[in-house]
Amino acid sequence: MTTYDIFFSILGVLCAASGLAAVTTRHLMHAALWLTVCLATLAGCYLVLGAELVALVQLLVYVGAIVVLVLFALMLTRAPIGRSHDHDTPLLQRAVALVIAGSAAVLLGAVLITGVRDGTVQVHGGSTNALARMLFTSWVWPFELLSLLLLIALVGALAMSRSLVPARATRRTGEDS
Amino acid sequence: MIHLWPPLLLVAILFGTGLYGVLARRNAVLVLVGVELMLAAAGLLFVTFGSTIRDTARAGHVLTIFLITIAAAEIAVALAVILAVYRSRGDIDVTVAGEDDL
Repeated sequence: MTTYDIFFSILGVLCAASGLAAVTTRHLMHAALWLTVCLATLAGCYLVLGAELVALVQLLVYVGAIVVLVLFALMLTRAPIGRSHDHDTPLLQRAVALVIAGSAAVLLGAVLITGVRDGTVQVHGGSTNALARMLFTSWVWPFELLSLLLLIALVGALAMSRSLVPARATRRTGEDS
Repeated sequence: MIHLWPPLLLVAILFGTGLYGVLARRNAVLVLVGVELMLAAAGLLFVTFGSTIRDTARAGHVLTIFLITIAAAEIAVALAVILAVYRSRGDIDVTVAGEDDL
């Protein structure tokens, strides 16, 4: 066990436990809040692996923006507050889901863990300078395309949430009359 | 120096958790929470190998930043769709068929 292993294990256990809590809790709001804990500890894992810029982006974008969006969506869809069994599918389907998810996890874990060499490896993390240089030289075209994708997603989300439903509602009343 | 199996085990656990969330939840927003967990597992895999193999292009870290960006775009569009469905159907239960689905 190295120091990296110990820190990663502490954060990883927290991350896995809060992820499990996020998909099994009976409170809708708690699911979004456990997701926050899971993604924040995952940012800690990125720090242990030496990817500090990725960890900060993860904190800013995921914890700062995406979780807030999820919370807003829960509130706007009038999520019930308090314990409720209505968020889960029937027991049989949950059992099947557990089997499928468990076998997928075991398969993925077995393939990945047996695929790498046993023993320790060096972590070459750090150097935001080198990462930034690569981002704006080799990867600059994907980077620009992603900015275009974000613009399209923004316009699409706006169009979707504004005009679609009222148009459909008026058409339906038009058919009725 | 780090062993590679703890990050890879966490990748598998996070992916399985996310898959369970997608399959076992009825609320569409909670299904999205499961999708986010699966994307997080993919990001952790990229960062693990990006940090432990010698790579001058820094592909692992750069692709994780791209992945986070794509996840942000995806969640914005998905939540807009969910809100539109909520306004036209009155609920976002993914197990109930709508009146025009049959």
